[in-house]
Amino acid sequence: MTAQILSFPAPSSCGSGSTGSQECHDPRVADHPCYSKDAHHKFARIHLPVAPACNIQCNYCNRKYDCSNESRPGVVSEVLSPEEAAYKVLAVADAIPQLSVVGIAGPGDAFANWPRTVATLKAVKKALPVLRLCLSSNGLNVAAHADEVVELGIEHVTLTINTLDPEIGARIYPWVFWEHKRWKGLEAAQILVREQWRAVEALTSRGMLVKINSVYIPGVNDDELPKISRKAAEFGVAIHNVMPLISDASHGTHFGLAGQRGPDEAELEAMRERCGEHLPQMGHCHQCRADAVGMLGEDRGAEFGREALAGKALDAQAIAARHAAVQAALKSGSGAKWKIAVATGDGLRIDQHFGHAEAFRIYESDGQSVKLVALRRTAVYCQGPSDCGDDDNALPKLVQGLSDCAAVLAVRIGYEPWQKLERAGIQPVVEHAFAAIEPAVLAVAQKLHAQMAALLENRA
Amino acid sequence: MAYAITDRCISCWACLTVCPNQAIAHVEGLFMIDPQHCTECAGDFPDPQCSSICPVEGAIENEWGEPVNPPGSLSSMSAR
Ligand code: SF4
Ligand code: SF4
Repeated sequence: MTAQILSFPAPSSCGSGSTGSQECHDPRVADHPCYSKDAHHKFARIHLPVAPACNIQCNYCNRKYDCSNESRPGVVSEVLSPEEAAYKVLAVADAIPQLSVVGIAGPGDAFANWPRTVATLKAVKKALPVLRLCLSSNGLNVAAHADEVVELGIEHVTLTINTLDPEIGARIYPWVFWEHKRWKGLEAAQILVREQWRAVEALTSRGMLVKINSVYIPGVNDDELPKISRKAAEFGVAIHNVMPLISDASHGTHFGLAGQRGPDEAELEAMRERCGEHLPQMGHCHQCRADAVGMLGEDRGAEFGREALAGKALDAQAIAARHAAVQAALKSGSGAKWKIAVATGDGLRIDQHFGHAEAFRIYESDGQSVKLVALRRTAVYCQGPSDCGDDDNALPKLVQGLSDCAAVLAVRIGYEPWQKLERAGIQPVVEHAFAAIEPAVLAVAQKLHAQMAALLENRA
Repeated sequence: MAYAITDRCISCWACLTVCPNQAIAHVEGLFMIDPQHCTECAGDFPDPQCSSICPVEGAIENEWGEPVNPPGSLSSMSAR
């Protein structure tokens, strides 16, 4: 038995470009602080430094120090075990319930430390199921793990790709570790470029939201970046983030020591413009650190260091419950607007059970007015007593298909779906059973409004 | 027959993730190879794994005390 949710708009139409791009309605983008201009003021993210090892060398990186380019902490910064990381996430969610995204971006490569990465994501997802997970990688070791990436419920993967041409690659990457062997020079770059596009293909073909980061190295990969954008667009990559090479001899990187300069503002802008012809460009990236905590641009990492956390007693259940409620309240579009799903047959009244609904009408409301914005079809997941409480794929899929909604209104909602909705940060509401849709949606939006105000005030 | 880690190690963890014999230990912030478990990867891989991923020249030595990745061998290597 399967639930067919109307598929989301193609990710390729998504992004929040500085170079005028289409609006994006993919819920995976709308409230992601790294992708959406609206969201990065409202939602917070945390990067967990659980992946220390790296399987390639880049000439803009000195593994000894914090990576100047991704603003990653180097090996000198603290590396967390998966358990420590999950605990840290809980502590951060306690202090900042707007936390919506957990990422693993280093200090090395998420996929070069795959077992640690997997253990961390599982522990985090168990503690706070509403969180969205994302990973960053150089792409070398990704394709083989694409199925696991999907199974883990990861929504976004960022791949750093700097060239399509192995000759140029050899000037950026001195070596890679691949299939139990160190490869150098041209051979190394050939392997890397090949595996990077295998990674892109493996992920996008599985419906994963993929972002490409490129480091702009003037005089080295100028003409490569627009080509990367064009090729990425063909694969259905969502967004391209062109970042300036940050280069200084004091960083001890090969480029820094060799006097390779980074681009100036005008060059960077022009390059983003060129790439923007093919793919939405990211305009507000702050190249945050792999152990970044908090809202973008506001790094509160120090508050949650290992020492600060030691001996802290956390009520995991209470934190998870409040976190889910805040996440639901935060899903308010650009202003204070919420999407609210309604189980209705006639489109006038709330007249269907959650499990029997063949479609959900999605309304948007700011508490003042109500607008019908979408119709999402489902295959009925509950077909009688024998199916009830049956925990197959249909229910999780159904809940996931409503993940952009802050609440769902139905005549009745069973125990199992009720739990799942709550855990996904979607408030189940049955008190308006058989009522007219508009006033009920208005009332719920007003309630969400009040909830959010109260929750945020609590924190202040 | 065993490899060893020198004080040029920058504690990047890479060797630990690839050793087929769990011969590398992370003790009080330092990485070291247990000579009782290191086989130089004989029978597992043609190339010893730790020294094939280590990003630092001179951080790993063979049983004669010679650097497996001598100066210049990782070409445009940056950690120094
Ligand atoms: S040589 Fe092989 S067995 Fe010995 S420590 Fe290195 S990886 Fe492990
Ligand atoms: S790979 Fe080299 S630098 Fe990294 S921990 Fe091992 S010995 Fe140290």
